[in-house]
Amino acid sequence: MSKSLKLYGLSGVGAAALLTAAYNFADRNVAPMPTEMPIVSADAGSPDMMFIAAARADEAAEAKRLGIGREALPEEVAAWDLDVSPDGTGLPEGSGSVMDGEMLFVDNCAICHGDFAEGVDNWPKLAGGDDTLADKDPVKTVGSYWPYLSTAWDYVHRSMPFGAAQTMSVDDTYAIVAYILYSNYLVDEDFVLTNENFLEVEMPNADGFIVDDRAETEYPRFSEEACMENCKDSVEITMRAAVLDVTPEEEGKAEPEEAMEEANADTAADEETEQTAEAEPEEAAAEEAALDMALVEDGEKVFRQCKACHQVGDGAKNRVGPQLNDVIGRHMAAVGDFRYSKTLQSMGEEGLVWNAETMAEFLSDPRGYVKGTKMSFNGLRKDEDIAAVTEYLKSFSQ
Amino acid sequence: MTADNEKKGASRRAFLKGAVAAGGAVAGAGMARAAGPDPLITEVQEWASGLGEGVDATPYGMPIRFEGDVIRRNVEWLTADTISSINFTPIHALDGTITPQGCAFERHHSGAIELKKDDYRLMINGLVDKPLVFTYEDLERFPRENHVYFCECAANTGMEWAGAQLNGAQFTHGMIHNMEYSGVSLRTLLTEAGLEAAGDLSDKWVYVEGADASSNGRSIPMDKALDDVLIAFKANGEALRKEHGYPVRLVVPGWEGNMWIKWLRRIEVTNQAVESREETSKYTDTLADGTSRKWTWVMDAKSVVTSPSPQSPIKHGPGPLVITGLAWSGHGAITRVDVSTDGGKNWQQARLAAEGQSKALSRFYLEIEWDGKEMLLQSRAHDETGYVQPTKNALRDVRGENSIYHNNCIQTWWVKENGEAENVEVS
Repeated sequence: MSKSLKLYGLSGVGAAALLTAAYNFADRNVAPMPTEMPIVSADAGSPDMMFIAAARADEAAEAKRLGIGREALPEEVAAWDLDVSPDGTGLPEGSGSVMDGEMLFVDNCAICHGDFAEGVDNWPKLAGGDDTLADKDPVKTVGSYWPYLSTAWDYVHRSMPFGAAQTMSVDDTYAIVAYILYSNYLVDEDFVLTNENFLEVEMPNADGFIVDDRAETEYPRFSEEACMENCKDSVEITMRAAVLDVTPEEEGKAEPEEAMEEANADTAADEETEQTAEAEPEEAAAEEAALDMALVEDGEKVFRQCKACHQVGDGAKNRVGPQLNDVIGRHMAAVGDFRYSKTLQSMGEEGLVWNAETMAEFLSDPRGYVKGTKMSFNGLRKDEDIAAVTEYLKSFSQ
Repeated sequence: MTADNEKKGASRRAFLKGAVAAGGAVAGAGMARAAGPDPLITEVQEWASGLGEGVDATPYGMPIRFEGDVIRRNVEWLTADTISSINFTPIHALDGTITPQGCAFERHHSGAIELKKDDYRLMINGLVDKPLVFTYEDLERFPRENHVYFCECAANTGMEWAGAQLNGAQFTHGMIHNMEYSGVSLRTLLTEAGLEAAGDLSDKWVYVEGADASSNGRSIPMDKALDDVLIAFKANGEALRKEHGYPVRLVVPGWEGNMWIKWLRRIEVTNQAVESREETSKYTDTLADGTSRKWTWVMDAKSVVTSPSPQSPIKHGPGPLVITGLAWSGHGAITRVDVSTDGGKNWQQARLAAEGQSKALSRFYLEIEWDGKEMLLQSRAHDETGYVQPTKNALRDVRGENSIYHNNCIQTWWVKENGEAENVEVS
């Protein structure tokens, strides 16, 4: 079966004078407002009428400012305007070395991208793939594909790590980007990336892009008169989806009403959780108590947020995170073949056990409870969600 | 192929057979008139005697439970996890053109966040006369517009470049929805901030980003920004759903869905494209020689038969058959759709349910007398620019198989004698 077809991580400016745009706009506007505001019979000199007249004139030529909103403060602009462009616009002062970057990468990025930026499971590979872009299965990495270093810096700084975006300092970002360059053999191990030398780094695929040329290469070819009769001699089936067989199961089909009932039940279940929230922690604390099946069911839904990294149940294996069978009641960091953070490791060695209380502390603030945890998840905000997911995990811990 | 997949395949085939068998039974019941009077008619049914639900039973209604299979679906192997992933609109089961919000596809890069109106802020900065901050309430004070537009992910049909792969219109073409948006034009907001400072607008850009962790920033050339881009807060008459960017998203008519920034928080006027991650490492289209096209924003004309299709087999046997589907173009209105039942040898013009609207879905129908023989069903869209939807081979001749994005090829369903359909490729 070829899974090579799959998508990895789903992944002409013309002059536009305002006047022209305004004309186009008025022409196209389905609900032109206030252009066609009803002209009520009133004294043309009244303030209302003057306002309407003004608005209509605006719409026909160029709308004038309405004075809505307030001026953005410099601090606010500075807080949000973080994007960095290819020419270095927006790049803050700072620096970071490959050596520092390696440590930061292992702690913050390797859980998905691998220690050497080679990618874990389906998570993006950041290194390698040189000279593969014309192959059947191109490997697109920062080194093989990304045309601008600014993109990598900007993305790491603003949107990574996954689940803890905007936690990397400027210098840490320089260091991580330096390490990504190093893992692509683009710089040496003693390299230090700074805002000064940033533009000197050469990206191998910088010249690998052209601006959309469909208007020249495709539109003429695809605008010929369409054939209507006897367009070809024979038609053969050359490929069948059933042979590949990668279409998801039609789970809802056996009991078609199930999904909707579940969906309908969602709201009711939420309300129920709300009402019983106060009673739940106590209940969850009683370790030997029988499982609350309704709570287990709620927990299964909450666990969807964990599924990307954790497996539980029959045949559960370690993935990005450790498998969670029997997690409730066992020592922390107890799955032998999983590489936990140092903190969690030592907590386990101290004899700390996962139970309703410790799980609640961890899940309400993962990085606060286990400093340096590899889990990038931000935690659960609602106590009832924590109680539910704990009960769900308990159901695999008997 | 692994044993696991074999099992899956077997049960899926069993399901398909089951569907057709059930269909047969329905047809049988329909034809059972001669065997005796229909008890659904001759006997008093429970619903015709007792009482239904009161008006307080459902303050906000979901579809009736019998429609429980008309839902978004996910293709698990496509991405590393469901938080940065996509699901698919059940287009095989819908009719008309408006997509209900509750089953309209979702694409997130850092998950669907909860952002309430009170916490919402929109900033305009960069090359403007006065950088501004708006609250949600501020936005509702600007003159509003209503427009229907389709939103298609650039990767729709992206899994089909190298061959027929996913068996269902939902999976091959379901990264699309079509809604009526209410909002304020981006032009209005840019005017409010003032563009004098930007000078010559012909080489300026607008960079837009969301409030979620991915920020998903994109650069839009100024002429598009001043043309038809909307800051939308309502869809199909009600507030946007969380998964579609509540409370405010960008609508970029005719252009790839990735640019329709959800949870829109900032608009920056710039003198260059930012070349963010989503417009360099992703959403660029690699050609056969390894070079890649960038800034491929427009979604070219495309269509698909939604029924019959693999998830919507023919259950009634030979006789009158309604063939239906959707067509759209990012360049303007659909002017015509052709349908072939013999894999593209011969074509006939389908009927458009309504005159094509610019950058919105069109519904087409072709009513035929099905002789019960197998068909290779195809549809072919024409738009107002004269563009005709190409075959997959014609596209591959230009681009190769590694473009991922912008696959607008003609789709083929192989409808078999028993009414089942399968996604195939033909010569």
